[in-house]
Amino acid sequence: MPDMQQIINFIITIGIPVVVLLSFILANAMYLQLMERKVLAHMQSRLGPMRTGWHGLLQPVADAVKFMFKEDIIPAKADKWVFSLAPLIFLVMAFGAFVAIPFGPDTVIFGRTVHLWVSNLNIGVLYIVALAGIGTYGVIMAGWASNNKYSLMGGFRSAAQMISYEIPMAFAIVTVALMAGSLNLTEIVQAQSQKWFIIVFPVGPVAFFLYLIAGVAETNRAPFDLPEAESELVAGYFTEYSGIRFGIFYMAEYMNMMIVSLLASIMFLGGWMPVQIFPKLLGGIPPISWINTALAAIPPTLWLLAKLYFFIFFYMWIRATLPRYRYDQLMTIAWKILLPISLGTLLVAAFMKQAGWM
Amino acid sequence: MTPGSYLPGHFLPVAIFLFVGIAVGVGMLVFSRLVSPRRPYREKLMTYESGITPFSDAHQKFSIRYYIIAMLFLIFDIEAVFLYPWAVAYDRIGLYGLVEMVIFIIILLVGYVYAWKKGALEWE
Repeated sequence: MPDMQQIINFIITIGIPVVVLLSFILANAMYLQLMERKVLAHMQSRLGPMRTGWHGLLQPVADAVKFMFKEDIIPAKADKWVFSLAPLIFLVMAFGAFVAIPFGPDTVIFGRTVHLWVSNLNIGVLYIVALAGIGTYGVIMAGWASNNKYSLMGGFRSAAQMISYEIPMAFAIVTVALMAGSLNLTEIVQAQSQKWFIIVFPVGPVAFFLYLIAGVAETNRAPFDLPEAESELVAGYFTEYSGIRFGIFYMAEYMNMMIVSLLASIMFLGGWMPVQIFPKLLGGIPPISWINTALAAIPPTLWLLAKLYFFIFFYMWIRATLPRYRYDQLMTIAWKILLPISLGTLLVAAFMKQAGWM
Repeated sequence: MTPGSYLPGHFLPVAIFLFVGIAVGVGMLVFSRLVSPRRPYREKLMTYESGITPFSDAHQKFSIRYYIIAMLFLIFDIEAVFLYPWAVAYDRIGLYGLVEMVIFIIILLVGYVYAWKKGALEWE
């Protein structure tokens, strides 16, 4: 029998972080949809949702209620088990990835040192990439089980796209692991305390750019949203999904977006490190040194969240700006352009590290 | 830290969180089943095919291209799996590790160029 003290410790070290993280994910998955609709609307000179609450602030709640109360249709010809399992796999894999994300350095709250992560995995990045790989199964299962030609095409396209872009993404991540000497996300952030990886010339910016493109493609978002190209495939792999199952796919997609954005912030933009204006060059000159001090005073977690929402805004921005690629262009970009560049970047990084330039 | 010291302590929260994730998903499905209407009829349960009655089954032959992409993916992803530990241990293995990995990547590049020349990367 474990005694009371152990149970309390267990609740504090695992229970509370799990609950906090869960609420953070669910709230974001709901409100990012509103953010996307608002951002897209304003970029197209519209207002977006305005009727539910002040400027549509209750829209996500209304959407959630509607998802719940809609009839959940399983087509007669569908493979019922696989059809039901697919959204769950997609959701759980998106959920699970958040475990390894550190949201800040150890902080003292109520006189207790608190870790701002649920689990500090030594293979954090690899774990997240692995879960993203399993998430592909959810997509292809949904496409196959629907027994619908649009879904099948969408599922195949999506799976082919996700695995194609996983390779340049993996090489970009290996480049970061090489620079940091670790796969632990906390250690990757600490390795950037002097210099963010995005400004480690020449490999940093290239790896960042590769990761950014591959990340957009991995999450099936515009301009790489071919799996759900509504003009040719209706809604791609979730054409047949309705009600709450559709809602689950929808939420999981935003969670994947958050994961990709968080990884980009952590691996290239210094995670929770504050922005500083040329600290070495101009750090001593009064107005700039004051600004730098003020920027450094902002809590680290807010910095990470600011970077996260910057990336999410960037995703919405390019969705409003860029037209969709053709499928052959998509594959050419992955296999003939990004793959050689990412391999080259990795080799250059290895040479630089060997030569001691980094 | 020794590798063994990570296992129970670090993966227990992962297991708990995955379990919570499953619980949330199943909970949403169960709640929806309890409150949503259920009035199926033949037309509603048909698969969607732009309004016409669906003909034949969707489970049929598909383009071989996807298969080739999957095979190429396997090759390069296994390469990536080899690269992860190499990158982490790079500080310790130094020049020897670099030379080994360059040879490994060159061998793969030969295969990559071959696949490109054979047209495996073309999509029409």
